[in-house]
Amino acid sequence: MTTPISSIALVLVGAVIGSFGAIFLKWGAHALSRSWTSIVYNWKLAVGIATYLLSSVLFVKGMTNGELSVLFPMVSVGYICTLLWSHLFFQERITRAKLAGVGLILIGIVFLGFGNAAR
Amino acid sequence: MSSVTAVPEVPVVDVEKRRRAALIVIACTLIIGAAQYLIKLGANQLAAQQHSVHSGSVSLQAAVMGIFTNPAIFSGYCLYGIFTVLFVFALRHGELSILYPLISLGYVWVAIIGVLAFHEAMNPLKLTGIAIIMAGVTVLGRGSTK
Repeated sequence: MTTPISSIALVLVGAVIGSFGAIFLKWGAHALSRSWTSIVYNWKLAVGIATYLLSSVLFVKGMTNGELSVLFPMVSVGYICTLLWSHLFFQERITRAKLAGVGLILIGIVFLGFGNAAR
Repeated sequence: MSSVTAVPEVPVVDVEKRRRAALIVIACTLIIGAAQYLIKLGANQLAAQQHSVHSGSVSLQAAVMGIFTNPAIFSGYCLYGIFTVLFVFALRHGELSILYPLISLGYVWVAIIGVLAFHEAMNPLKLTGIAIIMAGVTVLGRGSTK
């Protein structure tokens, strides 16, 4: 196995944390106006950016020990989480097409994992 | 008479706009590829610096420091900033159902970079996994537009 499970776990957890970043940014964006203070004093935007930063730190830590071609595609679990959070927090509809996309991404990640273990 | 000639002109302008949006998104995928190359390059440098101490992944502090002090990783994340601005711009002018399949091109570039620049192994299972994830991102993106 060229990419250790620990690196895969770091990148997956990073992607899940990063998906919260999008939620905070969207939440913060609702409160934006034309004045600069509405950006600076917007704690939701700050939390969103901090969340992305934390996610990047975990991604870089994972990348120091593993393959780019295995770890980068795994970030796509973040899309699945974003779908889930936007349904929970913004009442966005989960369509059959979106569910199919989620299923394909999960199957793809399993294949990548097996491909990583195969050699 | 002018109304007769004006009718077909409107979609022509639209097509030009959409083509430009598609080209911007393809440029976006190349930026993602370059960003991932730089981040991996920097991550390898961090690992090499710490290799004298112990093997495995670097500490959390080293990763935090690396993002801000390692030139390769820092430029990689700057490219992500440029990518975000360009992508938002493209989303304004193009059709999402075309742009999302294009954005998954990034996975192709990253796989090629992994093999060519970092001598990573490629096998049918990995290739299949990447292709299925690309299909998933495409389907998810298209599903979000309806």
